[in-house]
Amino acid sequence: MEKENNASNIIEISDLNKWYGDFHALKNINMNVKEGEIIVVCGPSGSGKSTLIRCVNFLEKFQEGGILVDGTELSDDAQKIRKIRSEVSMVFQHFNLFPHLSIVDNLTLAPIWVHNETKEESRNKALKLLDRVGIKDQAEKYPNQLSGGQQQRVAIARSLCTTPKIMLFDEPTSALDPEMISEVLDVMVELAKEGITMICVTHEMGFAKKVANRIIFMDEGQIVEENNPDEFFKNPESDRLKLFLKQILTH
Amino acid sequence: MAVNELQSTRKPPITQIGAVLWLRSNLFSSWINGLLTFASLYLLYIAIPPLLDWMFLSANFNFGTVNILGFEIKFSEFMADNQNCGREAACWPYIYEKFYMYIYGFYPREESWRPDVVYGLTALLFVTVRLVRNYKHKNRVILSMIVTFPIVSYILMAGGFGLLPVVETHQWGGLTLSLIIASVGIIVSFPIGVVLALGRRSDLKVIKLFSTIFIEFIRGVPLITILFMASFVLPLFLESSTNFDKLLRALIGIALFQAAYFAEVVRGGLQAIPKGQYEAADAIGLSYFQKNALIILPQALKISIPNIVGSSISLFKDSTLVLIIGLMDMLAMVNMTSNDPYWLGRETEGFVFVTIVFWVILYSMSRYSRKLEIRFNTENKN
Repeated sequence: MEKENNASNIIEISDLNKWYGDFHALKNINMNVKEGEIIVVCGPSGSGKSTLIRCVNFLEKFQEGGILVDGTELSDDAQKIRKIRSEVSMVFQHFNLFPHLSIVDNLTLAPIWVHNETKEESRNKALKLLDRVGIKDQAEKYPNQLSGGQQQRVAIARSLCTTPKIMLFDEPTSALDPEMISEVLDVMVELAKEGITMICVTHEMGFAKKVANRIIFMDEGQIVEENNPDEFFKNPESDRLKLFLKQILTH
Repeated sequence: MAVNELQSTRKPPITQIGAVLWLRSNLFSSWINGLLTFASLYLLYIAIPPLLDWMFLSANFNFGTVNILGFEIKFSEFMADNQNCGREAACWPYIYEKFYMYIYGFYPREESWRPDVVYGLTALLFVTVRLVRNYKHKNRVILSMIVTFPIVSYILMAGGFGLLPVVETHQWGGLTLSLIIASVGIIVSFPIGVVLALGRRSDLKVIKLFSTIFIEFIRGVPLITILFMASFVLPLFLESSTNFDKLLRALIGIALFQAAYFAEVVRGGLQAIPKGQYEAADAIGLSYFQKNALIILPQALKISIPNIVGSSISLFKDSTLVLIIGLMDMLAMVNMTSNDPYWLGRETEGFVFVTIVFWVILYSMSRYSRKLEIRFNTENKN
C-alpha cells in the first residue's frame, strides 16, 4: 500500500465532459490512475464507462477537460495521439481481430509498422506472447477459425505485442459464451500480477474482488462511488450502487 | 431425474436417388414447373437447330490451305469467295480472310509481330504471377513487372525512340485496340476510384465535397457524352492541341468515367467493414494511410471483387462506343470489312464472330473473378 501511494499518476483525468450531440455522456469526470494500479469500472449499460476508457486513447473525442497520459496531454495533434496509442493498448468487447491476417500477422502488425521492429524479432515476440496466452499452436490460423475465447486471448496478446504501459479492457468477456469467460479472465489475472496498469470495464465481480485495487461505479455519465474492493462490496454508500450490486449479485 | 447415456452417431437416412427423382424434384415439382419446363424445351427446340445449321452444318468452311504455326492444313482446293458461299448459312472464309483486320485493325502487316509480342508478354505476366506465388520476394517481382510491362508494351506498339518504326495510334484497331482501351481504362481508373471512394468518406469536408461532385457528375452522364467531350471539347482547353492523340483523349475520358464507377463499388465495400476494424487499427497506433492500406482496403477490395469485375466487364463492353469518335475497335471492324466490294453483305458473320470473341473474353474474366474470390477468402476458411 505504501509503495502504491508513492507511485506517480500515469493517467490524470480532470473535469472531463463529453457530449454526443445534445446527450451529455460524461459529466465532470475526475480520476487519477497510478502506475501499476488495477482499476475496474462498472455500472449499468449506458452509464458512460466504455466512453470514459475510449477517451483515454482518444478513440472518442471530448469537448471539455483534459487527460494526461504518461505526461502527454491528449489533443487533436496526430503525433501526440500516436505516441499515446503506442503506450496505451486496448482490448475490445468484440475482439476486433483483423480477419484477413493470420493470428501471428495480427500480432506483428503494430510492432512492424508502428514501432519499426524487424519481422524476425516481432515474430519471435509474438510467438512468445501466444505461448503465454496458451494458443501458440494456432499461430498460422485465421481469426475466424478460433473460438471466441481463443480470439479474445489473441486480442490480448496483440495488445501486449507493443509492450504498452497501460491496458484498457472494454468489456472483454461480454461477448463470450459462459464456458469461455474463465480462460480470458485467467489471462487477465496473470497480467494484473505482472504490474501493468489496467483499467477494465467489466461486470465480472469475481475478477474485480480478486485483482482490483479500486472499483469505480458509474451511472448516468458520472462517477458515483469509488472504493477498494472490500469496502465497495461490503459497505456501498449510495443507493444506486446498492441497487446495482443487488441486481448483479442476487443470481 | 433422468440421466441419458451418450448416444452413438449414425448416418442420415438414405433417401431415394436416381434420375427420375432428380427430374421430378427439379423440373416437375409442380404443374407450373412442368409447364415451364416444356415451354423452355420448346423454345430451345425452335432456336438451337437453325442456329447450329447456320453456324456449322450448312456453313462454308472452305478456307483453302491454311498455315497454322508452320503446318499446312488443307481444308479445300480453293478458298471460297462471296459468290460461291451461299446466303442461307455462314461463310466462315470471310472471317478467315478478314481475321487480320478483326485482330489488328490497320496495323501494318509487316509489323504485326509487335502486338503479338505484347499478347505473349501479357500471357507471360499472368503465368509469372502464378509461378512466383510462394517465392519470398514475390511482391518485388510482381511490382517490377507491373511497372515495366506497360512501358515495354507501349514502345512495342507505338514504336519510335529510335528503336522501331513509328505506328501512329490511328492505325491501331480491332481486338487489340479493344483490349488496350479496356485494360488501360481499368488499370488507370482503379487507383483513382479507390482514392475517390476514400475521399467520399473522408472527414475533410473539401475532399469529400470534391469526390462526391466528381462521382455524381460522371455517373449522371452517358459514356458517349464523355467520349465526345474528351474528343472535341478537351482540345479546346489545351493550347497546342494539334497532335494531342485521339486515342489518348478517349482513354482519359474512359478512365475518368470508370473511376467514378469503381469509386462507388469500392465505397460499397468500405461500408461493409465493421467500425471495430477502424477502431482496432486506430488503437494500435496505425496512421491514416497504414490503416487503409493494411486493414481496411484489403478487406473492402476483397468483398468488392465481384462488383469490380462486373464493372470492368461493363467497361469492356462499353469500350465499343469508341467507334463513335472514329476509333476502329473490333466492333467497328464489322462495318469496315463488310464494305469490301468483294464481300458485300457479310455483317452477320462479323457480328456473330465478334459476339463469340467478346463472350469468351468476358466469361473468362468472370470465371477468373470467381477464382480470386475463393483464393482470397480467408475470413471463412475452414
